[in-house]
Amino acid sequence: MSALRTSRPARFGQYAALLAYLVFLAFPFLWLVSTAFKPAPELASLHPTWIPKDPTFANFRQAFDEQPLLGAAGNSLVAAVAAAVIAVAVATPLAYVTARHRGRLASVATGWVVISQAFPFVLVIIPLFLILKNLHLVNSVFGLVLVYVVWSLPFALWMLTGYVRAVPAELEEAAAVDGAGRLRTLVSVTAPLLVPGIVATALFAFVTAWNEFFFALVLLKTPEKQTLPVVLTHFIGAEGVADLGPLAAAAFLATLPSLVVFGFLQRRITGGMLAGAVKS
Amino acid sequence: MRRRILTLTAALALLVTGCTAGNETPDDGVVRLRFQSLAWQKESVDANRQLVKEWNATHPDVQIEYVQGSWDSVHDQLLTSFEGGEAPDIIHDASDDLADFAYGGDLADLRPLLPERLRADIPARSWETTTFGEGVYGVPFLQEPRVIIANRKILESSGVRLPTPEEPWTWTEFRQVTQDLTRTMGSGRYAVAWPLKEPVSVSLNLGLSAGGQLFHREADGRVTVRFTEADAVVAGTIHDQVVNDRTAPRTTLGSGGSDTLPGFFAGKYAMVPLGFAYRQQIAQQAPKGFEWTVLPAPAGDAGLTQGVSPQTLSIAEDSPYKKEAAAFLDFFLRPENMVRLARGDWMLPTGTTALADPSLHTARDGWATGAAVAERLRPAPAQSVRGYPEWKDKVATPAFQEYYSGAIDGAELRRRLVADGNRVLARYQRK
Repeated sequence: MSALRTSRPARFGQYAALLAYLVFLAFPFLWLVSTAFKPAPELASLHPTWIPKDPTFANFRQAFDEQPLLGAAGNSLVAAVAAAVIAVAVATPLAYVTARHRGRLASVATGWVVISQAFPFVLVIIPLFLILKNLHLVNSVFGLVLVYVVWSLPFALWMLTGYVRAVPAELEEAAAVDGAGRLRTLVSVTAPLLVPGIVATALFAFVTAWNEFFFALVLLKTPEKQTLPVVLTHFIGAEGVADLGPLAAAAFLATLPSLVVFGFLQRRITGGMLAGAVKS
Repeated sequence: MRRRILTLTAALALLVTGCTAGNETPDDGVVRLRFQSLAWQKESVDANRQLVKEWNATHPDVQIEYVQGSWDSVHDQLLTSFEGGEAPDIIHDASDDLADFAYGGDLADLRPLLPERLRADIPARSWETTTFGEGVYGVPFLQEPRVIIANRKILESSGVRLPTPEEPWTWTEFRQVTQDLTRTMGSGRYAVAWPLKEPVSVSLNLGLSAGGQLFHREADGRVTVRFTEADAVVAGTIHDQVVNDRTAPRTTLGSGGSDTLPGFFAGKYAMVPLGFAYRQQIAQQAPKGFEWTVLPAPAGDAGLTQGVSPQTLSIAEDSPYKKEAAAFLDFFLRPENMVRLARGDWMLPTGTTALADPSLHTARDGWATGAAVAERLRPAPAQSVRGYPEWKDKVATPAFQEYYSGAIDGAELRRRLVADGNRVLARYQRK
């Protein structure tokens, strides 16, 4: 145990490094929040302040007045939730098979995961567009969900395979010895242990779909179907000129669902990951 | 690079899928056209929407659906839509983005579609910006010259002569003025801040004022790059201001126009050369009591001439309702409507009738200065030259950036633009 003890200066250093990392991560978000509440003249101040001198909700009002943010958020929510649910539903059994039956299938699946990550958006977008068009799925939220599922499936599979492998096969064998059938073992023994992994994977798929811009831009034609990231670009003009206040206000609101979902599920994820790690 | 990947992928995908565009006949006899607009500022969006509403109210048989696009990603989005046969019928873009689509057969040649009134109202120099080969592929309707936005108090208190469109500064005088101003402003302050995130378009467009051309079409039709004394005037002035005179800060060279505004409002910079439409941001964000004025860009041997890439309206070649779309353009770009659009975007209309509107000649917010230089605006150099985007990204942008920051001298700039540049262009012009 003594090897784990750290000196006071070392511990101080660790906390300082952690704090610096947290500040680094939080800086853009905090700046976004600060900007969202600043009036136009303060946004062009040579010496900007963290706390707005004259805080205002005008940027939020303008953002809602000018763009259909609620409708776009609704579209994003539908697409992201559907993509997350379908991706997890498809990836979970695949991951189980890949993890438990290490053979040619596992190698092929791993190879597919690696190769699929190598293609950039711009390379697949036009063939994908043509395929969806032939299926009459252009300008359809369902078509967009299909794309999101396909796009996040390889990584979801890779993530879940890791979680399944972390569940000792001996537990399933013990259940079998105790008389549990295959299905009972999966439902009562393996599935509860996989919950943190499933939640983490669903979160990944949700956030990926929630933030995705280019597929939504190209595939959805009518304004009523556009998602939030697409609508946010309507605050940006030529040569990168932006209506900064309303853009920050709208972007701040767009980050809230992800934060809320993480906030609710964080304990579930970490709790599940640590469950059984220490004998009580 | 991204554009080439998209183009290549598009070609392959079409080969594989053998996809064709469909011409749908409306069941109810009502023609529905999709109009993708890139207007983004509230006043501009309001003007666009209002015009669409007015059209729809008076044309029940041809209804326009207004779709808001984004400047940020319009090229990739259009490319994908064209390849998939799902492009909007009426397309808002800029003339420097049309070449690929015009040469690729994605846009309709507007010559047989547009009414004589519209053709005659827009000057030939503006039509040149949307002419590719034999065809005209867009209606140029809004344009913005580059002007100098200045802190009125600093300039007036310094005693320097304020330029007007009739008596602009020469480039030599401009350099002298910035030296005088910087001396009077004190340390840490600069007479001018050049936001040169896009150094090539600024250098080429303003370079026309000194007679710079850079791209020369030879007798056999090929285009080559030559860097003459005239081309060196504007680039040399900026370089000297940053590197030798220290009248312009190095720090803004990589900035966009908006990034320089805090320093401008704080009196750190007395002048900022910006696009005409930036006046809206300045009017919105300037602190109370801040006095600003709009000055013409300096003049050279060619006077106040400068290059522009106007905003354009085009019709998709695949649209089954080109005539109806052209009728909408005719309505949308009537002189009184062009004025509304111009005021909404804080830009200048290309139409001569619209440009004569008194509201665009007021001293307030510098409208009169912009209107006075409108007739000196010419097509941006090289926007129709094949290979220009690669020349710009791979050769000219880094070369100008290094030159303006003092990392390379004029001889090296010339060598790169000409020798390296011509190698790039040659690849696009092989017969």
